[in-house]
Amino acid sequence: MNKNKGLDHDEQLLFEVGGINKTGVDLDEIDNLDHMIGDSFSENEIGLAGLSEPETIRHYVRLSRKNYSIDAGLYPLGSCTMKHNPRLNEKMARIEGFSEIHPLQPISTCQGALELIDLISSWLKELTGMAAVTMTPKAGAQGELCGMMAIKQALLDRNELNRKVVLVPDSAHGTNPATAAFLGFEVKTIKSNDKGLIDFSDFMNNIDENFAGVMITNPNTCGLFETDIVKISELTHKSGGYLYCDGANFNAVVGKLKPGDLGIDAMHINLHKTFSTPHGGGGPGSGPVVFSDRLEKFCPTPLVKNIKGDFILVEDSNEKDLTKSFGRLNVFHGQMGMFVRAMSYMLSHGADGLKQVSEDAVLNANYLRASLSSHLTPAFDGFCMHEILFSDDFLKDTGVETLDFAKAMIDEGYHPMTIYFPLVIHGALLVEPTETESKQSLDHFIKTLCDLVERLKKDSDSFKAAPVFTPIRRLDETQAARKPVLRWKEEPLIAV
Amino acid sequence: MRYLPLTNNDRENMKKVIGISNINEMFTNVPKEVSLDPKFNLPSHKTEMEVGKILSEIANKNINSNQVPFFLGAGAYKHHIPATVDHIIQRSEFLTSYTPYQPEISQGTLQYLFEFQTQVSLITGMDVSNASMYDGSTSTAEAVSMAKRITKRNKVVISPTLHPQYAEVINTLISSNEDEIDYEFSENFEVEKLISKIDDSVSCVVVQNPDFFGSCHSLEQLAEYAHSKGALLIVVVNEIISLGMMKSPGEMGADIVACEGQSLGNPLNFGGPYIGLMSTKDKYVRQLPGRIVGETIDMNGEKGFVLTLATREQHIRREKATSNICTNSGLCSLAFTIHLSLLGEMGFKKLSKLNHEAAIKLYNKLKTLDCFEVKNNSFFNEFTVKVPIDASVFVEKMAEKGVLAGVPVSRLSNQEGDFSNLLLVASSEINSDFDRENFIKLAKEVCYE
Repeated sequence: MNKNKGLDHDEQLLFEVGGINKTGVDLDEIDNLDHMIGDSFSENEIGLAGLSEPETIRHYVRLSRKNYSIDAGLYPLGSCTMKHNPRLNEKMARIEGFSEIHPLQPISTCQGALELIDLISSWLKELTGMAAVTMTPKAGAQGELCGMMAIKQALLDRNELNRKVVLVPDSAHGTNPATAAFLGFEVKTIKSNDKGLIDFSDFMNNIDENFAGVMITNPNTCGLFETDIVKISELTHKSGGYLYCDGANFNAVVGKLKPGDLGIDAMHINLHKTFSTPHGGGGPGSGPVVFSDRLEKFCPTPLVKNIKGDFILVEDSNEKDLTKSFGRLNVFHGQMGMFVRAMSYMLSHGADGLKQVSEDAVLNANYLRASLSSHLTPAFDGFCMHEILFSDDFLKDTGVETLDFAKAMIDEGYHPMTIYFPLVIHGALLVEPTETESKQSLDHFIKTLCDLVERLKKDSDSFKAAPVFTPIRRLDETQAARKPVLRWKEEPLIAV
Repeated sequence: MRYLPLTNNDRENMKKVIGISNINEMFTNVPKEVSLDPKFNLPSHKTEMEVGKILSEIANKNINSNQVPFFLGAGAYKHHIPATVDHIIQRSEFLTSYTPYQPEISQGTLQYLFEFQTQVSLITGMDVSNASMYDGSTSTAEAVSMAKRITKRNKVVISPTLHPQYAEVINTLISSNEDEIDYEFSENFEVEKLISKIDDSVSCVVVQNPDFFGSCHSLEQLAEYAHSKGALLIVVVNEIISLGMMKSPGEMGADIVACEGQSLGNPLNFGGPYIGLMSTKDKYVRQLPGRIVGETIDMNGEKGFVLTLATREQHIRREKATSNICTNSGLCSLAFTIHLSLLGEMGFKKLSKLNHEAAIKLYNKLKTLDCFEVKNNSFFNEFTVKVPIDASVFVEKMAEKGVLAGVPVSRLSNQEGDFSNLLLVASSEINSDFDRENFIKLAKEVCYE
């Protein structure tokens, strides 16, 4: 028997279905060529597999059907912000005047591109109430790096590189401590209190003469707004440090408040979260960083400047605006394709629409919170922001763990929420519905989760076996790591 | 608003369930001194038609590469992308999915990434590849960082013909850790000179091939010497199509390969998003940054794929991670792998030859002109021309006449040295005889005006 299951086709690897003598592209024949490559010339076989066009389409269409997507269903991954991706944005990004231009064209021939960068920059500054923005970071993690490098550069400028300690709350994303450590900072963890917020006294006690700054996610990864944030920023500045804000959750407050009013010095913005550029199965992202006037002059190269409607690109760090810049983060000028999509999204919503976005995101999350509290265990009392965190208390004595519960959701047609993060809550389940879910969709989700919780008592075995309706069952991740098979090879691979 | 499904009626009903009468009751954690109704100097919402008009008008202020004969490269190359590529990457299941954390419902992404890793390993001649990085420049910087971890040495020797912005990125990311970087931008690539810089304190040698000026190099001797001193060879490839007719970096002895993969499947996009490739030898895989997909079996013994070796990564290791990279270039790697699957071995090699042929045709035409001097002895699809006037003036004047003629070297170099007359000129399968004739005709006009 074959291994197809109805609409779900078993699809072999490209290298098993394709062939070395097949191609899906017609190219002109080439006469004998006297090459100019020199002695690194080679005609050796590479081993690439090719497919005709119909075979290519079938291969990837079959693969695509093994993926969950936001277009097909609610995707409640907490802190990932899986919201609807408007198709207008895709269309705009494909206008040839944006997609078919080269980063090093003469400046006179790409005024529109620079205008677009200037336009999105001005929107981001206005929405955040910050003094400056740099558009080049290619993802949130690179944005963090960018912000922390500006802080390091500012400390260098003050001749205070003895300030080595960066404080990071225990609920932070892993990228925060990784970023600080990469830059040579010493990472000290500060505790959360029983309300899921930064323990202000622990923060205060960790400040000494080596204090460089603090990295805070706000709203934080427990889905809560850090209520002491202004106190924290005041103490940070009084102690000679800087406040870095991880803006991964900016979507909870965009259009509702200006982060600049909180006293932050730098914040990255994930265009692929707040401004709905598609996640694409893991990128490409884009992570612009906004800066306070204290850090503005340290931001990276290049810089777009608007001189009365004439746009210039300042690329050389010897130029006067950039003499204190910490340097270049990557080649060229950032994720233009993502800027166009995000700009299309911002223009569509306008300031009024963006406010509605954050209010609806928070409303949806609190509706889930209110409706699920009878069956699941909210980790903290009170209202949440755009996402709601549950602990695994409701699974106590059932023999079912968070992972099993998540896998059972798959059989019910849902992508699971973020699980086991943040680390401060045992067996955490972090649910972010986003503003693009309807009430009907939320009600269906609520009913499904409540039914699953009811089933815990009657049939806990089914959770251990889940998922069963997927193209493939639970995978052995230990074997994958212990005996890594990371590419196809000619010899048949034997499953151990 | 067209993207928001809640009706006012829904909102009222939901507020009742939550037990609030005003939205702001959910924002009580926000400190009192912070306004929940700040003024924004921004317009209000717009229709699809209005947004389309605004953005099209901005786009129309650019000259795009489909409108004029086009010869720019220097790290970003224009190639024809088969229609199939853009169709498939816009499928909902690829476009609107997240990083494949739940493998049972992400096998589509995981399998194409596994295939992608295999393709990247094959064309670079290495054992193993990750699932992509942001772009070629950050791949290169990550490769240097990786070499330092492996060798536990700090000194970095960079070939003078590495893309200057790549060198800047290495400098930004690595010098912050107080390392010693040896780099002086120039046109002269000399293996002997690089060899003379390698001693027991060097972690790696970074060489671009074909280099920034377009020349192709054999690297076996350099690799051998580097290895004898315990240093690693990092090979950077900017134009991935060149690998269809050159020895692979692995064949020449590379330990880590960092590439810009934009040439396959990804349009120019004014510089991003692009896709960094990174591959290495099996023995270094646990120092490789970024996502990696591996094969395994499910509870029924069926073959499947998962993200693996996560203990290198920041969400497990936090401050001890190999890198802070989290996202990769998922959709760009899909475009890359679809394009390369369509090409296959035959198409990839043919495309490579077509590119080389296009460059040779232009080279032969340029040779007939006294006022231009082609500097290269070898090249793939890009070479350096000495023009009789300042190269930035030359490209501006050519643009006025309707040809995007190349990249002035001085645009990229903020180092000492007189590069003002040097122009990088790239060719590819998109260039016709008409394009080349126009280039020559107008170049003569510009230079003799």
